[in-house]
Amino acid sequence: MNRDVKVIKVKNLCKKFGDFNANNNLSFEVSKGEIFGFLGANGAGKTTAIKILCGLSYPTSGEISVAGFDVYKQREQLKRNIGYMSQKFSLYEDLTVFENIRFYGGIYGLSKEVIHGKAADLLKKLDLQHARNKRISSLPLGWKQKLAFSVAIFHNPEIVFLDEPTGGVDPVTRRQFWDLIYEASREGITIFVTTHYMDEAEYCDRVSIMVDGKIEALDTPTKLKEDFNAEDMDQVFLALARKATNVE
Amino acid sequence: MNRFIGFLKKEFYHIFRDKRSMLILFGMPIVQIMLFGYVINTDLKDVRMAVLDHSKDEYTAEIINKITSSGYFQLSNNLKSIEQVDAIFRKGDVKLILVFEPDFGKKLVKNSKANVQILTDASDPNTANLEVSYLQGILQNYNVEINKDKQLPSSIQANFRMYFNANLESVFMFIPGIMATILMLVSAMMTSISIAREKELGTMEILLVSPLNPLQIILGKVTPYLALSFINALVIVGMGYFVFGVPVLGSFTLLMAESVLFIFLALSIGIFISTVAKSQQVAMMLSMFVLMLPTIILSGFIFPIRNMPVPLQVISYIIPPKYFIVILKNIMLKGVGFEYVWKETLILLAMTFGFIGLSLRKFKIRLQ
Repeated sequence: MNRDVKVIKVKNLCKKFGDFNANNNLSFEVSKGEIFGFLGANGAGKTTAIKILCGLSYPTSGEISVAGFDVYKQREQLKRNIGYMSQKFSLYEDLTVFENIRFYGGIYGLSKEVIHGKAADLLKKLDLQHARNKRISSLPLGWKQKLAFSVAIFHNPEIVFLDEPTGGVDPVTRRQFWDLIYEASREGITIFVTTHYMDEAEYCDRVSIMVDGKIEALDTPTKLKEDFNAEDMDQVFLALARKATNVE
Repeated sequence: MNRFIGFLKKEFYHIFRDKRSMLILFGMPIVQIMLFGYVINTDLKDVRMAVLDHSKDEYTAEIINKITSSGYFQLSNNLKSIEQVDAIFRKGDVKLILVFEPDFGKKLVKNSKANVQILTDASDPNTANLEVSYLQGILQNYNVEINKDKQLPSSIQANFRMYFNANLESVFMFIPGIMATILMLVSAMMTSISIAREKELGTMEILLVSPLNPLQIILGKVTPYLALSFINALVIVGMGYFVFGVPVLGSFTLLMAESVLFIFLALSIGIFISTVAKSQQVAMMLSMFVLMLPTIILSGFIFPIRNMPVPLQVISYIIPPKYFIVILKNIMLKGVGFEYVWKETLILLAMTFGFIGLSLRKFKIRLQ
């Protein structure tokens, strides 16, 4: 796998709401298959940046391409090539496991045959075959989360954006969830993840930490800990976050 | 297109699997019609009737006999002059007065034409209307009977006059009223709740990130309710017609076209509410207080608008169902065509575009 291919290129991204600089001159690149941790306190501007990268809102200025598509002009193609999962898991509770898969596969334009084939493989992999026709509401939280992730990458996106995907989940389930993330990464899917758990930051290939709309640090977890003379990512984060003035 | 069908399928699953939605969709209209219909309607039995017979011949005697032997009417007074009419209605026992013109029988034989006037106490308009149609039936039967062996058919001309409610306002008003209420409920409230639900669950984010564009998402959300509302409109008109005899005197096509327009308006209000409301609960409360209560109370459905205090009358002008009820009443009960309802139609149309415009603006601001 060619790790040199850059699937996210951000150069001088600025986003202003009136006088307020939500994103102040962000520049970074993410390679194919990389697990990129996007950290920052609440109000630091993470959500704003993710929305821009997902084609949900326009930046004020800057050159940004995602999966090779321009966020200004090629939103349609961009959206086809990314996946997204949020803290809320986003499955329909009143639909069955298979109906959810079929629905999400359908809105990404996959054919019926492809959906059936891939769904069978997926359920086998997750050991959820017995639950194929069960409603989501009857599944335990951990399963829902795994399923939500699998659904987010069902259409083989270049990149998947995970917005605090492990919120409110116990440590064991979180660990299992990260196994899925690693697997996706090995298959060449780029992972762009935000989290509040600093132990999870350690699992990332590289981590960026945003403070007040700017990226204050960007490197591998090991390097960051060295630079800040810290024992773990928690200390790195605290050292940086203390500087923040925009707190929600 | 396939994507869109998948989306619709999902919406229908949501609706059909939710007991509450199903109840509102299919239980509510039927229960409401039954309630209103039967509370207002009473079966006709032994309605007290008075007769003012200026002719007193064999024909009038026979007609009176036919009417009283039907079991629906009971003769309680014989009046002597027209002046007694007011007094006797005011007393309240007698609901119906039959007035035969002088020389009724002679005219019927000679001119093949005779007049009978039917006066009803229309303070209970529904019953009054029912009485009139029963009487008409009896008179018609009699007419057919006497015409049997005749070359030149004779006819009994029945003229009606409603006392206390001359224009028969609010007769059958419950059908237009229920129609407006139910369509508002299904289209506006249920769509706003269903969109708010996607926001609450976080699935709206996923849909927005997907290749579906916002227009497709909104269309996918409202199309099922458009279809179901239309079915409801048919059910309501149908039940009114077949169960309670509420007529559709005007064009049925026009009636349905106006209903579709009102459904569009209600859907656009529902979309607007959902752009404001972040959760299902807020959407529900907003729909309840901003839509349902005014629809029921201020639209003229239950309480006549001209009896309201002036400030409320003013408010009633911005209530969409008011115009829809006027349209329905005109088409169904007065049988008039588009030339009499175009003003109201235009107002509804303007409101629809207004709400769609507001929602679009709201949506754009959010996307920045």
